[in-house]
Amino acid sequence: MDEQQHTIVSYGTLTAAWIALLFLTALTVGITRLDLGGYKVLGALTIACLKGGVVIAFFMQMRYEGRLLRWLLFVALVTLAIFIGITFFDVLYR
Amino acid sequence: MTVSDHPRGGFWSDTGRSGLGSWIFSTDHKRIGLLYLFATFGFFLVGVVLGLLLKFELMTPGRTIMGAEAYNAVFTVHGVTMIFLFILPGFPGAFGNLVMPIQVGARDVAFPRLNLLSWWLYMGGALIVLTSLFTGNGPPDTGWTFYVPFSARTGTNVSLAVFGVFIIGFSAILTGLNFITTIHRLRAEGMTWGRLTLFTWSLYATAWVQILATPILAITLVLIMAERMLGTGLFDPGRGGDPLMYQHLFWIYSHPAVYIMILPAMGAISDIIPVFSRKPVFGYKMIAFSSIAIAAAGSLVWGHHMFTSGMSDRAVLVFSFLTFIVAIPSAIKVFNWVSTLYKGSISLEAPMLFALSFIILFSIGGLTGLILGAAATDVHVHDTQFVVGHFHYVMFGGTGFAFFAAMHYWLPKFFGRRYREKPAVIAWALMFIGFNILYFTMKVLGMKGMPRRYYDYLPEFATLNLVSTIGSWILAVGLVIMLVNLIRGLLRGEPFEGNPWGGATLEWSIPTPPPTENFAREPVVTHGPYDFTAMKE
Amino acid sequence: MTHPVHKDDFGAKLGMWLFLFTELLLFGGLFLLYAAYLHRYPREFAAAGKELDWMLGTANTVILLTSSLCAAMSVTAVQRGDNRRALGLLGGTILCAAGFLAIKYVEWGAKFGHGIYPGSERLRGGAPGESVFFSLYFMTTGIHGLHVLIGGGLLAWIATRVRAGRVAAGNHVLLENGALYWHLVDLVWIFIFPLYYLVL
Repeated sequence: MDEQQHTIVSYGTLTAAWIALLFLTALTVGITRLDLGGYKVLGALTIACLKGGVVIAFFMQMRYEGRLLRWLLFVALVTLAIFIGITFFDVLYR
Repeated sequence: MTVSDHPRGGFWSDTGRSGLGSWIFSTDHKRIGLLYLFATFGFFLVGVVLGLLLKFELMTPGRTIMGAEAYNAVFTVHGVTMIFLFILPGFPGAFGNLVMPIQVGARDVAFPRLNLLSWWLYMGGALIVLTSLFTGNGPPDTGWTFYVPFSARTGTNVSLAVFGVFIIGFSAILTGLNFITTIHRLRAEGMTWGRLTLFTWSLYATAWVQILATPILAITLVLIMAERMLGTGLFDPGRGGDPLMYQHLFWIYSHPAVYIMILPAMGAISDIIPVFSRKPVFGYKMIAFSSIAIAAAGSLVWGHHMFTSGMSDRAVLVFSFLTFIVAIPSAIKVFNWVSTLYKGSISLEAPMLFALSFIILFSIGGLTGLILGAAATDVHVHDTQFVVGHFHYVMFGGTGFAFFAAMHYWLPKFFGRRYREKPAVIAWALMFIGFNILYFTMKVLGMKGMPRRYYDYLPEFATLNLVSTIGSWILAVGLVIMLVNLIRGLLRGEPFEGNPWGGATLEWSIPTPPPTENFAREPVVTHGPYDFTAMKE
Repeated sequence: MTHPVHKDDFGAKLGMWLFLFTELLLFGGLFLLYAAYLHRYPREFAAAGKELDWMLGTANTVILLTSSLCAAMSVTAVQRGDNRRALGLLGGTILCAAGFLAIKYVEWGAKFGHGIYPGSERLRGGAPGESVFFSLYFMTTGIHGLHVLIGGGLLAWIATRVRAGRVAAGNHVLLENGALYWHLVDLVWIFIFPLYYLVL
């Protein structure tokens, strides 16, 4: 839990992450120009989650943090998912 | 705050600074805690006066002292004051700040300046709320829930009040993240998670709710302001909006907020009962776990406020089922407190009396909550006086009485002087009796069908309403006696020294009143918080 | 008072992350509304969404991703003791922030020009779902834009401390936290972009 030493993330790694993000952006624009119906939302959100993962892991350095922060982030995201999820018991079935 | 004749010592004087500035710009968690105590309790008294006015209006059918409009405004301001200005910030702000850093063995919270900022934000927000009462087109009349579409249309000063609450929410978030960081990072050597006091555990759970739920309130309030000022129409059915989505967002915050109110109270009770039973707490791990479980389960059940709103039937079933889950960790706590009492050497002093009445009143409040949580019975009593009785049992009988218990238990430690025991017991007895007369009759009235939030009622409810109003007076008399006794005692009473009740938690191991940075040397913790035998050696 | 100043970089970072969680939940409330209303008005949302310019949205995405890269690199630069380069990179981030806001201004201006703004005549007269879509669009991008503004200001302030040498290798948690806040702004946009500009 004690993560006092700082990891230095190299410029190369950060640039690679940036290129991956640009690629994913191009991909998401590309697939949403196609006529995919409902899969469009699914695909775009999956790519958005991937991009978010890259930002969190490399830019925000979560990859180099200890377990504590990862767990707390997980708790926060699950909470948000639950808030949205349970609301849909109403939205879907009204 | 100047004490001329008797220097208090400890953090009251050891910085060498005095005067108002040394308080309102202090980063010492104890001074900030006392600032919160004075401010929140001051607002509590304002709320009490408004509550007494409401009960006075309901003493007789028809108009007694105010009409419908005034009644709407008074119950709104009563609710907003009690909830946002007293009970939400009260326990974490006052006793969380005073006691928790000492209990974990720290010199202060993790971010002392942020802590001061929290208090300032709280005061700023409170002042904005107060301003909203006297400016614009009169005080808000929406009820503390600010339900749309009325809140989007009423001409009263809703926008300003909502903005004030938004600022107070910010303050709660900062307090929450400060406490979580403190508990993670500043525990003294040997202070393992298994040796944290149960009060600290409950504050930890509370802080998580503050962090994860309050932002939802913030965005909801922003949307109300946008609705009023920009005409966004997001909740306006005429333009495709859905008022029920407002209710969802509001209760996603406001139901977990109920646990912000009650969890620290439960924690304080868990600290007080073992001390006055001279016995280690029963089921430490289960009480600590149940605090987290209540915070988690409590975040899933907001829809039980909306059973009669037109929500889908499936959602009603899901929320009703989930609501019953919360009863399990709550009951775990009650059983563990009672088991702690079993074969203990119980000493019935003021803090203990308040703590014991907490158990009774909270149990009544909790059990009537199940009636409201079950969809079928809720339809019958929804929006009646039964609901008002129920949540006052939990909020006032629960958190309020725990707050009084904490005042009698911890304040002498920080003031270095104590109150007189006998008036404290008399005050407690009056308040306990008055409380039950006041709120139990409300539950009966609700069962008989008297709705809430009306200034008038049918003649057949007259007798019980009169009884309820008389109860409110008895309660008020008890409150005044308690307050006078506390103020006189803490300012001029007998010196309070050492550890007269024999508490084993860290705050009882340091001088009274505690010095500014609490510990001369960083403590090394060698025993648990309720290990009374280890302490005697 | 007499004790040495307590320094806990991990604690500071933990506090920042907790704050970021509150930001996530804040925008989460808006995404919750988006999801519920998209479910109710799929056709109206699709029609209204076509009015947004996905080219400008894409441009802004690229700008924000680049700004995040600069912010992350500035942390690396400070850690390596290269405060000058860090300052330049922070300048890049702030420049990107300004560019983002400029494009946002053009976008909003065009919408206002077409009579599309909360409470406008056109939206009041149009389909119910259309008004909901644009109100959500303006609230979400508006609050996000406010965060861009605050983040830019925060990084500008931190840049002055980097310049003064008060943020330097081993004592740079302030910059790390500022960058974290900036990445959050980016993170939120990563979700706003497809939901409003692409999928409809």
